[in-house]
Amino acid sequence: MSDRVSVAKTYKLYIDGKFPRSESGRTYPVTDSAGGFLANASHASRKDVRDAVSAARKAFGGWSGATAYNRGQVLYRVAEMLEGRREQFAAEVSACEGVSAAAASSVVDAAVDRWVWYAGWTDKIATVLGAANPVAGPYFSFTVPEPTGVVGVLAPQSSSLLGLVSVLAPVVATGCTAVVVSSADRPLPAITLSEVLATSDVPGGVVNVLTGRADELGPWLASHADVNAIDPTGASPEARIDVAQQASATVKRVLTVPGDEPDWTRRPDMSRLRHYLEAKTVWHPKGT
Amino acid sequence: MATASSPAELADATRDETSLRRFLQGLPGVDQVGVEARAASLGTRSIKKTAKLWAIDTAISMVDLTTLEGADTRGKVRSLAAKARRPDPDRPGTPAVAAVCVYPDMAATAVEALAGTGIGVASVATAFPSGRSSREVKLADVRLAVEAGATEVDMVIDRGAFLEGRYGYVFDEIRAVKQACGDAHLKVILETGELATYDNVRRASWLGLLAGGDFIKTSTGKVSPAATLPVTHVMLQAVRDWYDATGQLRGVKPAGGIRSTKDALRYLVAVHEVAGEEWLTPELFRFGASSLLNDLLLQRRTQHDGHYSGPDYVAVD
Repeated sequence: MSDRVSVAKTYKLYIDGKFPRSESGRTYPVTDSAGGFLANASHASRKDVRDAVSAARKAFGGWSGATAYNRGQVLYRVAEMLEGRREQFAAEVSACEGVSAAAASSVVDAAVDRWVWYAGWTDKIATVLGAANPVAGPYFSFTVPEPTGVVGVLAPQSSSLLGLVSVLAPVVATGCTAVVVSSADRPLPAITLSEVLATSDVPGGVVNVLTGRADELGPWLASHADVNAIDPTGASPEARIDVAQQASATVKRVLTVPGDEPDWTRRPDMSRLRHYLEAKTVWHPKGT
Repeated sequence: MATASSPAELADATRDETSLRRFLQGLPGVDQVGVEARAASLGTRSIKKTAKLWAIDTAISMVDLTTLEGADTRGKVRSLAAKARRPDPDRPGTPAVAAVCVYPDMAATAVEALAGTGIGVASVATAFPSGRSSREVKLADVRLAVEAGATEVDMVIDRGAFLEGRYGYVFDEIRAVKQACGDAHLKVILETGELATYDNVRRASWLGLLAGGDFIKTSTGKVSPAATLPVTHVMLQAVRDWYDATGQLRGVKPAGGIRSTKDALRYLVAVHEVAGEEWLTPELFRFGASSLLNDLLLQRRTQHDGHYSGPDYVAVD
């Protein structure tokens, strides 16, 4: 039956482990690279940002307090589930980014590998970034990295899956919780990722995904006093200045990002992980 | 819906157990669907900008900052008192709360910490929260609070006796407690979560008012459900009708389960619409709450600063 009516979905946001509509009631049509209609997505507002941040704050204690081993297992499980949805991700990447099916498949592969790469770091960060400090005194001094808190992530606008995974995975791997604003014109892989997260072992609120305009929501995330760090990758150059200025009022960590989107297929390094960590140094008296 | 009562009828109602029962049973029934729908529809009212700021400040000044835990220490009560005096030290314009609410053995500590501030010390009493003890013990509990200097006493009614229909017994007990209070204000806790029906809430409200309670209070905070909007509506109707009948202003205090500014604003709308504007004062309306204050402070900051605030910026209690 070729005359079957297509089922057009209106996707919702992902906040606190649930899928609510935008508080504003706004939606916008999502099109493929050729302009064909794909689905409707919720157009998140300032109050959705507020709700997402309080959900992320609520989830922070549990997620940052989980053992590194446990966080790693949970993230590996997410990678398995990403793998299980390969076909869907490949189709969405192909439609959104206008690449061939083969190219889209290799993007999905790279995204799963990227997630696994960051999942592997959870129980190694402390060894690599922590230290036993040589000090001139009768003290045992050591430094441990601790997650910085709630992180606002403005995901890349072009690379809808690999870019998203590359900016989100390091946040949750460190033990931080995230409020992600997805690519505005290519939100479908982010929505599917949120469905994966909702059915995996990641506690609700650890990752919150808002679909909407990074330039509209970025400044609200940046000025929010309960957000501890922000990644402005997906914001326009003008909006990045606004984000940095707003963020300075509450001393947020603002990640320095290149002007144009980097080549996400390049092998990552630890810089993003390091950005979301605070160093805690303890001086412990020893001897007499 | 006003109950047609004249002062003479009210005096007659308290003559003996039979007339009291006749009066309370004769109160008009509560339209459950109606009161719930009205509470829900008033809850949707949107309050923004200057009205919201006014409402937040008013709500802060109505808070009975409460700590009723087995693990309460004198240090905790002192720090709560400090927070009551200056809820947000960074913002000197923030109003102080109405009172601090503690167990009777902590009342002396609270009185000392709040001396000269005008902030009341409320003490729960009468074998709070269950109220299951002899009358001597309950009255001794009240005396303990009053002698320690508490300016307000929150008593619990004997819900068992009330549900058995022994209204006269409950009435006498409230009377006796009121006498033991002396100058202290008496708040009568109905524990509406255990009264089962709105009709019972209305009867208990009138019972509390007839027996001389200065306030009627929804709950102890130890039973779920605690304060709800419809129950508070019924109680606000009772104090308004009492005012119409006698000309005396009595107060209402919802307690327990009110945690967000949004909730608090809904209650203020209910006060304004059901009882009237003159009840929008800490003398006649209070919130029994602990975590509500922090949310009010955060929302107050958000309104003043133009951006969202976070729990890192207010005192933990």
